[in-house]
Amino acid sequence: MTLALPAAPAPAPRRQVFVGTALACVAGTMLLGGMLAIYVLFRERAVSAGERFPGDAVIPEVASNVMLMTIASLCVFAQWAVYAAKRQDRLNVGLALGVVALFGLAFINAQAFVYVQMGLPVMEGTFATFFYAITGLVVALAVVGLVFTAVAAFRFLGGRAGDHEVVVANALYWYFVAVAFAAVWFVIYVTK
Amino acid sequence: MTTIETSPDALGAERTDTTSDVASGSFLAGLAAWATSSDHKRIGRLFIGASLLGLVATAAVGVVLGIERVDGGQLVFDAAAVRLLFQAHVVGLVFGSMLPLGLGLAVAVVPLQLGARSLAFPRLTLAGFYAWLLGLVGVIVALANDGGVGGADSDMVVLFLLGHALMALGLLAVAGALATSVLTTRAPGMTMRRVPFFTWSALVTAIGLLLALPVLVGAIILLVVDLQYSQATFGGSGGVGDWIGWTFAAPTVFLFAIPALGVFAELVPVTFRRAQPGRGFVYAGLALVGVASFAAVTQQAIFNVPWEGSGLNLDGFGTKLADLVPYAIFHLLPLLGILLVLALGAFCALGGKPRITGAFLFSFFGLGMVLVGVAGAALYPIQDLGLQGTVFAEAVVVYVSYGSVLGILGGLLFWAPKLWGGRVAEMAAIPLALVGVLATVLASFPYYIAGFADQPAGSAVFSYSGPESLWNVLVLVGHGLMLITVVGTVALLLASARGGDDREPVGDDPWEAHTIEWSAPSPAPGNNFAEVPSILSAEPMLDLREGITPETDGSSS
Repeated sequence: MTLALPAAPAPAPRRQVFVGTALACVAGTMLLGGMLAIYVLFRERAVSAGERFPGDAVIPEVASNVMLMTIASLCVFAQWAVYAAKRQDRLNVGLALGVVALFGLAFINAQAFVYVQMGLPVMEGTFATFFYAITGLVVALAVVGLVFTAVAAFRFLGGRAGDHEVVVANALYWYFVAVAFAAVWFVIYVTK
Repeated sequence: MTTIETSPDALGAERTDTTSDVASGSFLAGLAAWATSSDHKRIGRLFIGASLLGLVATAAVGVVLGIERVDGGQLVFDAAAVRLLFQAHVVGLVFGSMLPLGLGLAVAVVPLQLGARSLAFPRLTLAGFYAWLLGLVGVIVALANDGGVGGADSDMVVLFLLGHALMALGLLAVAGALATSVLTTRAPGMTMRRVPFFTWSALVTAIGLLLALPVLVGAIILLVVDLQYSQATFGGSGGVGDWIGWTFAAPTVFLFAIPALGVFAELVPVTFRRAQPGRGFVYAGLALVGVASFAAVTQQAIFNVPWEGSGLNLDGFGTKLADLVPYAIFHLLPLLGILLVLALGAFCALGGKPRITGAFLFSFFGLGMVLVGVAGAALYPIQDLGLQGTVFAEAVVVYVSYGSVLGILGGLLFWAPKLWGGRVAEMAAIPLALVGVLATVLASFPYYIAGFADQPAGSAVFSYSGPESLWNVLVLVGHGLMLITVVGTVALLLASARGGDDREPVGDDPWEAHTIEWSAPSPAPGNNFAEVPSILSAEPMLDLREGITPETDGSSS
């Protein structure tokens, strides 16, 4: 005998992209947090041995400060895109996401500038290993953010104006990248 | 015109053509449909099939290792090969079978239990499957070419690490999809307090994986950069194990065993044909295992036994208690969580009308074995017992892994009607469950004893007082029996799936179960439910069968 449950009314709107992005951000936090924890462990060992952990490397603080300001400003524009998307304002969404992408590229460019200015060979030793692994991960996160921004822009501007969830998720992701970089900035660029 | 949207049912119907060309084309189309399917049931079955193959291979490696360790001397392989076999065994146990098997069952079943028509991000989940599979193949290739922990070929060591990273990323994708599904695609009326136990266990596992596996990936990134360039930081290939070994040991493996506990919690009320009393405590028990295991993962602490003097010596009681509390939090709370699930199961059994099935026996024995493994793991960190560096740790992992596998096999037997429309013969399943529990005990418990006798871990060369050959022969027999159990269960599952047209219809609800997946046809169609069901209680099918409505019952919020 087959028992039938009553059919339900149409399910409430789902926020799968937003929830999925939030979970990805949690995983990303653990990823970067784990790497920074190992970095701090090795730095403590070096400091206990009376060494300076960056060794002879000189970290360009101006460029890294500019990176922090860039990523923080980017979040403002990502939120502008959310504000515009909720009002179905395609022009402003396009403009805001364009600026987000521009700032994202500027962030990556600044990181490349830091690499060039430092001139630290990757095989130099322990600090170089950590420095390139951790900052490289942040660059990878920014590249993912750029792709996400492009997808959000294409989806929204391509006619799915009612689907503003992806723009909100995109903003959430950039908030995560900003916080992640702030942690990297403090632990690696500031604390020596 | 054939398109990639061709439904699985239509593909099945096409196979009735008789010409060889058509059959060949149909076969290829069917293969392509399977390989690219976004149907969660198919993705779950891909996971399950691949991880069962991995389990067979792992048990076979266990047998080979057992032969190598029978007399404590070098028999067949040299020391380097034995080291790689040990690594292959533990990787196979954890990443090759236990974890993907549990996640595969969750992918196949959870959307059905949620009343959803699909899994969230099904293509991401399929990509996760292939990433896991590719990573596993990479690890096997690396191990076959001296690339594991301490391997001589640094390129192969890097491949070994990248394979693990790929597996972890794939499993993370699946975990993310599962957690998103539970959080966003529940049927109307299904609050979190009405979520089926197995689905809850899948959520706890998924969140645990999202928190734990990224740390493994981060460590691997650092290790790969170091290995490729300076080799100055982590001790080269020999130091790899110090940074990724925690993934394959207790308490991390407890996180991977939670779906098996969820299967048990799901089957108890069905087996005893009554509603589960104290549902909240079952949820709490499952969550406690997850939270406490994750907390213990972050600590990995070794404890001294602080209780000096005789057992009745209470001098300095406060200090002694303060020493014990952190140990208890990190190592006894997971045990408490499992005991809570077991106790609630026993409470449900009281006054019930039992209908013992092979599926229930598998899940019951699975939980029991996981419990013994977790109890053993609580002893392991106590420094005064001297268990570090012995085979005791291997016994813990085997107990938990094989126990988890037994539980998931129970789940497969239970949900087989929904997954492929067949039902496994009970008369064959029950003896297999008994062989399975015997296999797990034999493959593990002798090493609990040998651990106290100081048989070293990860080595085939040893000598200690006591019947060392006996313990190792018993372990060898245990792995052999597990091989038989898995092969036998797979044969039963295949027989139930390939029953043919004369197969007796299994019915939509052959177990008289409680949750809403049993309101869907058997096997469940591509979109699971023709209409989204409405949920008014935690056991909607039981209520429907007994004519109970939430208004008259008043207890099922």
